[in-house]
Amino acid sequence: MVKALCFVIIASVAMPAMAAADEDADTEKAINPKEIIFEHLLDGYGWEVPFNHHKRIPLPVIVWAGDGLHCFSSARLEHGASYDDNGHTFVIAGAGSKYKGKVVEIVNGQEVCPIDISITKNVCALFITIFLVGGLMIWLARYLKHHPNKAPRKGLGAIEACVTFVYDGVVKPILGKSASKFAPYLMTVFFFILTMNLLGLVVIFPGGANLTGNIAVTLVLSICTFVATNLFAKKHYWKEIFWPDVPIWLKCPIPIMQVIEVFGMFTKPAALTVRLFANMMGGHMIVITLTLLIFIFSAISPVAGGGATVISLIFSIFMLLIDVLVSFIQAYVFTMLSTIFIGIAQEHHDEEQHESVGKKIEDALV
Amino acid sequence: MELFTPDFGLIFWMFVAFGILFIVLWRFAWPMILKSVDSRAELIDKGVEYAQAAKAQLDNARQEAEDYLNDARRQQADILREADKMKTQIIEEARSAAQVEAQKVMESAKLQIQQQQKEAQQQFRNQVSEFAIQIAGKIVHNQMKDDEAQNKLVDSLLDDIESKN
Repeated sequence: MVKALCFVIIASVAMPAMAAADEDADTEKAINPKEIIFEHLLDGYGWEVPFNHHKRIPLPVIVWAGDGLHCFSSARLEHGASYDDNGHTFVIAGAGSKYKGKVVEIVNGQEVCPIDISITKNVCALFITIFLVGGLMIWLARYLKHHPNKAPRKGLGAIEACVTFVYDGVVKPILGKSASKFAPYLMTVFFFILTMNLLGLVVIFPGGANLTGNIAVTLVLSICTFVATNLFAKKHYWKEIFWPDVPIWLKCPIPIMQVIEVFGMFTKPAALTVRLFANMMGGHMIVITLTLLIFIFSAISPVAGGGATVISLIFSIFMLLIDVLVSFIQAYVFTMLSTIFIGIAQEHHDEEQHESVGKKIEDALV
Repeated sequence: MELFTPDFGLIFWMFVAFGILFIVLWRFAWPMILKSVDSRAELIDKGVEYAQAAKAQLDNARQEAEDYLNDARRQQADILREADKMKTQIIEEARSAAQVEAQKVMESAKLQIQQQQKEAQQQFRNQVSEFAIQIAGKIVHNQMKDDEAQNKLVDSLLDDIESKN
């Protein structure tokens, strides 16, 4: 997103200049859309800055290379440079390598992938999100503590409205009695995802990382939901899995149902992972692709480029606005589905509740 | 594709960061926030309930005051009507009492008059009879001067007695 919007800004400012200064720049500036898209969607060892394609905000690289932790700035690895740290040579693997884009150690001319816990762009964005969410919520809690029975106004009021929206709208109706037990986790998940989503839409430094569009992030979140579901599950939940109410032949000699149910245990978090990941990544991808259309058309002719600029801009803005909505919806859906999965493993619901939960799941899937 | 292979580093940091965030918010934020929001909602509910009750009470009081006023007005009217009735009654009674009294006075006067009339008549009669006797005595005295006349009378009287027997 950062790049996308930077491109838009640069394009609208420098379009005539670019069109005029064509010949000599042609060879260097021949763009590779796929590379740009993936560079944006994937993680990186530095953080892009606006109006400059070569500078990156350096971030610490932390790798474990067999004998110890190696810690150095990513500025040392810029532009394919190699860095020697206590006899270990590190370099960012090039396009041809199977570790493309990752920090690798060169051992006897071979690329070896060390254990990499670098503070990459995504990790940094993650920390920013954590500070933001933690700070805002503690601020709200402090305010409420010091002003008992006084409703906060303006920004804090909006945050509080979101809190009550999630708690009274999702957590409490679905979980009922055990709402207060799981509320801390579910609310944390909601605000964490929401903040990450929205920060991803901000184009300059503190934002712009495609964090929820990264499968590692969504995977961890759904693992947490999986753990919360199964760790606190009541007896009936396990009975449903290992001895469901179906004809005996479906479960006794060959455990067909059991296999399906156990499989189902894992498909639920998997669906959570993929839904959030795919939605957010898709949004980012569409915006950057729309932006890149400008450059593709400009390469054909300046007039086509000019036209494409206007159309792309309109579409990009439209998509970004949609993404703001999607950010909220996806955070909401993830929280709601987590709540439902946890709720199913909690108190035994009667038929009516089962139906309502089923309906909610269906609605969410649509 | 590298898009679908989760990075170890990011997973590691994600666990750490999310864990810290969760624990911090769980310890310091959520219970506080949810509790205050709940208590505030309760306070507001109570306030609304109280206001409604107060309003109902006020309405009631107004109604009651009006009822009292109406009652008082009705009573006043009743009293006035009663007084009016009493007044006419008293007047009526006084009038009839006076009439009775007047009647009595008249009657006693009449009686007295009659009494006096009778007495007068009696006196008159007595006097008349006295005069009559005196006159009769004088007449008889005049007529019975001779013996012949006396005999004649005795004879006639004896005749009468005889004829009657």
